[in-house]
Amino acid sequence: MKKVFYIFVFLLFKINLAYSLIEVDITRGNLDPLPIAVSPLHVDIQSENFQNIKAKELGSLISSVIEKNFKSTGLFNPLNKDAFVQKPDIAHLKPRFEDWRLITAQALVTGKISINDNKLKVEFRLWDLAAAQEMAALAFTTTPSNWRRVAHIISDKVYERLTGETGYFDTRIIYVSETGPKTQRVKKLAIMDQDGENTKYLTLGNELVLTPRFNPTNQLVTYMSYFRNLPRVYLLDIETGIQEVVGNFPGMTFAPRFSPDGKKIIMSFAKDGNSDIYTMNLESRLVERITEDSSIDTSPSFSPDGKYICFNSDRSGLQQIYTMKSDGTSAKRISFGNGIYGTPVWSPRGDLIAFTKMKAGKFYIGVMRSNGTGERLLTENYYQEAPSWSPNGRLLVFYRETKSGKDGSGFSAKLWSIDITGYNERELKTKTDASDPSWSTLLSK
Amino acid sequence: MKFNKKISNLLIILISTIALGACSTAKKSGVGSGDVYTGSDTVKYLASGVKDRVFFATNSSSLTTASRDTLRKQASYLRKNKNLNVVLEGHADERGTREFNLALGEKRANAAKDYLMTYGISGKRVSVISYGKEKPINSASTPLSWSQNRRAVTVKTK
Repeated sequence: MKKVFYIFVFLLFKINLAYSLIEVDITRGNLDPLPIAVSPLHVDIQSENFQNIKAKELGSLISSVIEKNFKSTGLFNPLNKDAFVQKPDIAHLKPRFEDWRLITAQALVTGKISINDNKLKVEFRLWDLAAAQEMAALAFTTTPSNWRRVAHIISDKVYERLTGETGYFDTRIIYVSETGPKTQRVKKLAIMDQDGENTKYLTLGNELVLTPRFNPTNQLVTYMSYFRNLPRVYLLDIETGIQEVVGNFPGMTFAPRFSPDGKKIIMSFAKDGNSDIYTMNLESRLVERITEDSSIDTSPSFSPDGKYICFNSDRSGLQQIYTMKSDGTSAKRISFGNGIYGTPVWSPRGDLIAFTKMKAGKFYIGVMRSNGTGERLLTENYYQEAPSWSPNGRLLVFYRETKSGKDGSGFSAKLWSIDITGYNERELKTKTDASDPSWSTLLSK
Repeated sequence: MKFNKKISNLLIILISTIALGACSTAKKSGVGSGDVYTGSDTVKYLASGVKDRVFFATNSSSLTTASRDTLRKQASYLRKNKNLNVVLEGHADERGTREFNLALGEKRANAAKDYLMTYGISGKRVSVISYGKEKPINSASTPLSWSQNRRAVTVKTK
């Protein structure tokens, strides 16, 4: 990833915190999304085509991607371009604020792109229309084929400036692509941009693959594969395509995740009818046993500071969520509601644990504080599980399956996301059926 | 560990005996005793009269009386065919989280394997694999289908 993308930041953010009037509160469901105008970026390029890219169209393509990102948040309402009153180049220099206010816009994004030495140069500005002033400005260069990421980076910067939270648009999602009938599902690892574009398949579908998860730098993926009918945890380097088995275990390993520093993989190892949690250090290859209990211990997930682990165990009878110190001591149960609980995963902010809950024939995605209090169920459905956090800890992506008829007809598996406020539930369109999503961290930090 | 396991196996047998005593009037086919499948749809045979699979209740890896009967017949068949090795495939239904179901499938396959070993089959002849909920035999979303999918299947390897 590093190889293909580099950004040079020319101007740092000009921040006028004290004077800005607009602010988007994302801590509650937003029923009144902020009207925002995204002007097409002014294209200062002479040639029609550049490296197979229709250069003249880039400005409006980039603005469309930004608008789609904003719309997906539920926090912003991108206004129809037909009503725009100023040409992109003039608006970028200095907008006529009163004209933009007339179409009810409260914020305006303008920009300009040009090509120098085969590099795409991008500038953008965010304007506070009510206060009639610039809120943020940024310029950077990249390779022209990265124009989609340009749009995502601009989206992130605007989101950050207006909400005070880090963005999540310049990210990818890895998942399991599913095709074929339910009894003979073909599963492949797939990766796409957060907005569903640029889907690529990382395995061919010859063997069953499950539960891919990114490392913190998004270059490695740990997942489970039934290669040669030996169910084991694997490590895949996305750039080189090199795969290797993690550890030398004499039985099934599964449910892998990286530690927050990326140095270890935590997973379950099942032998003789008993599943326990282990870590393996990727450098020293040292394997450490973390739990030693005759029950099923699985789905481990580290806290972001690496000091604690939450996991799933049936040591009290049925599946519940537990936390323990990262050395395996001080295990305590934290889920006590009616029903059974699975797939706990610790928020990147550290405060919440997301989970799957099963109760009275329904499946829920929910969050609770890491001490087990404050349980909130965000969404109820026939079947859904496996939440994964957006890097800013504001959204969860998970997968949902439909009920199938007699011969398996009507069955589908799709990715969905929801804000932790419980609002803005939406499907993430994928090329095929999909499950087991894992959200990357921000690609450019 | 080993010691614990023996105790828990004993307990499982005890508990299921009690449980079964209580519902000896379980229905003839379909979902019987608790929600364990007792019919013979989807069942294949290793040899005449030797069923290839046993079924489980939701969230359970306990063997029922019928399952133990099936496994004793499998053990006797394996004793007669000394060159035969088998793999025990453990499965779960679709109404559970993927990772937990992988563990549950492994537990079910091992419950069956342990029983075969009690009846004189060397552990070396029996390997175990869990497919969790990945390979349902019946793709309908019904309690009957789920009961057929909660299974441990004995498959000949050579």
